[in-house]
Amino acid sequence: MPDGMMVDYDGLIPNNVGLNQDARLRKALETWHPGYIDWWKQMGPEGFQENLVYLRTAVGVDPKGWAKFDYVRMPEYKWGILLAPAVEDRRIGFGAQKGEPAWQDVPGEYRAMLRRIIVIQGDTEPASVEQQRHLGATAPSLYDMRNLFQVNVEEGRHLWAMVYLLQKYFGRDGREEAEDLLRRRSGSQDSPRMLGAFNEATPDWLSFYMFTFFTDRDGKMQLEALAQSGFDPLSRTCRFMLTEEAHHMFVGETGVARIIERTCQAMRAAGIEDPGDSERVRALGVIDLPAVQRKMNLHFSLTLDLFGAEISTNAANLFNAGLKGRYREDKLTDDHVLRDATYPVLRCIDGAIVSEAAPALSALNMRLRDDYVADCQGGVGRWNKIIEKAGYDFRLTLPHVAFNRHIGEFTALPVDTEGRVLDAANWAARRDAMLPNADDAAYVASLMRPVSARGAYANWIAPPKVGIDNKPGDFEYVRIEE
Amino acid sequence: MAEGGAAVKQHLIDPEICIRCNTCEATCPVGAITHDEANYVVDPGTCKFCMDCVAPCPTGAIDHWLLVRAPFPVDAQFTWSELPAPAAESEDGARADALDEEAAALIAEAHARGGHARAPRSASQPRINLFTRDAPAIATLTGNYRITARDAESDVRHLILDFGTTPFPVLEGQSIGLLPPGTDAAGRPHLMRLYSVASARDGERPNTNNLALTVKRVAEPRPDGSIFRGVASNWLCDLERGAELRVVGPFGATFLMPDDTDADILMICTGTGSAPFRAFTEHRRRSAPHAKGRLHLFFGARTPQELPYFGPLQKVPRTILEQELVFSRLPGTPREYVQDRMRARADVVGDLLGRPATHLYVCGLRGLEAGVESALTDIAAAQALDWPALREAMRTDGRLHIETY
Repeated sequence: MPDGMMVDYDGLIPNNVGLNQDARLRKALETWHPGYIDWWKQMGPEGFQENLVYLRTAVGVDPKGWAKFDYVRMPEYKWGILLAPAVEDRRIGFGAQKGEPAWQDVPGEYRAMLRRIIVIQGDTEPASVEQQRHLGATAPSLYDMRNLFQVNVEEGRHLWAMVYLLQKYFGRDGREEAEDLLRRRSGSQDSPRMLGAFNEATPDWLSFYMFTFFTDRDGKMQLEALAQSGFDPLSRTCRFMLTEEAHHMFVGETGVARIIERTCQAMRAAGIEDPGDSERVRALGVIDLPAVQRKMNLHFSLTLDLFGAEISTNAANLFNAGLKGRYREDKLTDDHVLRDATYPVLRCIDGAIVSEAAPALSALNMRLRDDYVADCQGGVGRWNKIIEKAGYDFRLTLPHVAFNRHIGEFTALPVDTEGRVLDAANWAARRDAMLPNADDAAYVASLMRPVSARGAYANWIAPPKVGIDNKPGDFEYVRIEE
Repeated sequence: MAEGGAAVKQHLIDPEICIRCNTCEATCPVGAITHDEANYVVDPGTCKFCMDCVAPCPTGAIDHWLLVRAPFPVDAQFTWSELPAPAAESEDGARADALDEEAAALIAEAHARGGHARAPRSASQPRINLFTRDAPAIATLTGNYRITARDAESDVRHLILDFGTTPFPVLEGQSIGLLPPGTDAAGRPHLMRLYSVASARDGERPNTNNLALTVKRVAEPRPDGSIFRGVASNWLCDLERGAELRVVGPFGATFLMPDDTDADILMICTGTGSAPFRAFTEHRRRSAPHAKGRLHLFFGARTPQELPYFGPLQKVPRTILEQELVFSRLPGTPREYVQDRMRARADVVGDLLGRPATHLYVCGLRGLEAGVESALTDIAAAQALDWPALREAMRTDGRLHIETY
């Protein structure tokens, strides 16, 4: 067994980072631990804290120890610090210091920059738990409830992952940042979370699936970029987090897919030929496809804002410094330095959207966003296959990247989902056809009724194709009655 | 690969379930998984069945095995939007017990009489074939206790194998393969021996990375007066603490316990056939001591001194386990066999047979089967149940499991 694969489960904090040999760090984390548990109890899932939930816990970081399934009470979940195995003689893969040995300690000149990206990544993790804390009460099935809680405990673990880096490598500053991660609150007026999309509400399960599909996918892209980092502890942390993040993608993609499947099924059974006939579709108690499209438009556009400004010196500096690479940098075949390269960037010039070649280094946010859009497109294509299979012409589409933006080139530009620039009056008139409107919100809210019988699913969502851990359909994923 | 039309198992990814998250491709140690814009696929010429990709897959899409005449090439898999239908000979709902030919043959032999077995519906998903003859796990022997009386003729050992930092996930009812060191008279490596795990999934003690085996020393007199000594069992029984063993597996995907705590479990065994039932009992005791479902054990040996775990069994409360310990060589008492006691408890057994949540397990020497079968036929008949029909129904429902050797 290679070094660092062993997870020590004996202490308060399961880990494979030799916590027992580092008294200072252990003390720091054990001091932080009660605050975390308090945060979880206050801001984690509302209710269900005493119920047994069928969760997976990593018992090792190699593929074989990866997923152990068992009933766990959420506050007793083993939140640990798990790093992917070290790669021998790992080198910095990009930027000005490409080819030099990866850093095992924080390089002094990049200290502030590095701390900042770790804090930003760390801040999103508890934020999403806070955003989703009310959803347990309206879960459409025990299966979905379990998936929600799995996502929540793993976001909690991702917070631990970032706090470990702060506490281990950033001394007093790191300790304070770690405390602040527990202090900020999603949606709070006084101390909001750092990024916009993480202060939005997740009012219903359609939003939850959209969030896990679109916004957690931004998390995946950021983690992929940070997994390339020349700061080796960050790279190893993110590599392990990515394995968990895949489950969150799964919950989002299949959640929306099951809604679409159910809607198509109900429309077929009722003889409805026009999926746009929302009134008739809603009379069946399922979610009409145009409402799904509007939710998509919202979550996609909010998430694009997370990629930051299209042209960014900050992104260039992070890359040049070897701290944050491109998506799957190690699979790319250029010089990994990008000094003279260019990259096409969409700009807003005189009220029109045009493509312009920009220095590739400054355009890294744009590039990551493009990779993200392609990744989203794959999932949307699979959703459309379900609609196609059911024999309907309707297709879901990603809105134009300039639509409904609040950060970057297209901030507040009145653009429709096709990318056509509108005048303000026209935008206002069409807004409700493009973004979730009051009727959508009221209708979807009316469907949010808990279903907690074993093997039963709310009328608006189809059962999954396979159970978690290959469990049968009527498996009791959450023990509601003890 | 597929010679003479023989079916081979092919590892496939279900494109309808896969979310293209790339986890499998990132995990595969031999680069067998690749993708295009449509699908993630497994190259049949490269995949070594190491199963590294299975646990990290968030969807279960990766856990598909199809019996095929000739493997589907990667190019064909790229075009799929769903998996092809299984070939006729691959029974629907069947799971592979082992991907290792040697182990598969041993398990097929042990299950030969039960018909094609299926796992209980609520069983946990077993991991199989994590370690192979070429790349075995190394365990350290940390305990070797005799569990039959010192003066008893039968020498049965309780062995504890510690896997240190190597994850070796097992479920109750699964087996592991041990590779005795050295070679046979012809210079070939010794055959693998399969042993049922006698401890619960979370270890001999909770949350330890070890497991227990029940091993009987084979020493049988031959007609010529000499004694046949089993290679593997004598090696194991004489092994000292600290010794290292090469372990293959785990194996077995059907002889598993139901996780449903409402399920009643009827267990019938002799000798070391008790190993999986010790594991079942431990798991229930730890995970659901107040379960609605009950455990019933019919356990036969010649004498209490020769009954493995006789002492420890005395300490298991009846609320956890109803025990019927049956002895065939008690001085001054008529010989009694397991099937005799089953008949004597026909009311209990009959009641259990009539319940839809009862799972029946038989484990022990092959000679046990005929007597048990005949007792079950009569007991069922008294309840107006047709045993052959019920047996078949229980089998297809994953509620009947027979493992004999």
